Amino acid sequence: MPLDFATLFPNGVDHYLLGGILIGLATALIYRGTGIAAGASTFLESTLSYVSDRPRFQQFRFVQSRDWRLVFTVGIVLGGFAYTALSADPWFVTDVSPTRLFVGGVLVGVGTRVGKGCTSGHGICGVGSLADASFVNVATFVLVAAGTAQLLFAMGVRP
Amino acid sequence: MSGENSAGDERHPLFMPLVLLGGFVFGVGLAVSRMARPEVVLDFLQFDDFGLLFVMGGAALVAGPVFHLSTRSGKRAPLTDRAYELRRKTLDSNVMIGGVVFGVGWGISGICPGAAYASVGIGNWPILAGIAGMFVGAYAQGVARDVLSG
Repeated sequence: MPLDFATLFPNGVDHYLLGGILIGLATALIYRGTGIAAGASTFLESTLSYVSDRPRFQQFRFVQSRDWRLVFTVGIVLGGFAYTALSADPWFVTDVSPTRLFVGGVLVGVGTRVGKGCTSGHGICGVGSLADASFVNVATFVLVAAGTAQLLFAMGVRP
Repeated sequence: MSGENSAGDERHPLFMPLVLLGGFVFGVGLAVSRMARPEVVLDFLQFDDFGLLFVMGGAALVAGPVFHLSTRSGKRAPLTDRAYELRRKTLDSNVMIGGVVFGVGWGISGICPGAAYASVGIGNWPILAGIAGMFVGAYAQGVARDVLSG
């Protein structure tokens, strides 16, 4: 298989790059204004602090940040909504089964909390900060995820 | 909880509007890049389309210099009076273990937290099963940590 551009990037790179720049600008905007390197996954624990009395979730850093993390997440949902409503990109419903989404989601929820971050916290803020922990985390999860996805595909799981 | 602001975390009236705007642009970016679609992530992980490298790489290349310049400026953030600090977590075995668990989950589902939130916005209602799973996982991890630490 030739490793030419069309093989590596069958859908081009423009929308990927534009989306990445927007995500980076959003992260930079929040950081510049607030000094906060916003990741998406702490929202899970901070939101649990609204409903669970466990000391684990009632830590000051979760209780203190839970309102803005909720607002950040609502913003993300609204951004996806507004773009899809106003652009030529159609509304999208995945063919990936709810079982895969749920089981994968559970592991994502555990993994981000054990590993101190996710695709945005480590992948953007941490890598952007040139943090060794984030390079290690991202390299680990990308390689493991690629192996997992290809194993499932080889086992005939569609989609 | 606004009465519990710690020192150096006083909130300006524009704090929440800025967070909302930032989240909005973040969500637009995830929709534009189509990373909010699990299929696109799975295509990347199956090496069918490497375009996702431009999403994560592009975002880090834009945000990174702003992080470093802000940190070196010696200034404090205008809306919180916080000092600018880089996001550098301690590298320990948890970073790798968490990366493995996260990777298996990402490979099974094609979703990560931020992209999952944006996915709700683009109409992908089945993603709610994935977000429910993330809450279950985060809760279970919290309970397990409490139990294991006595």
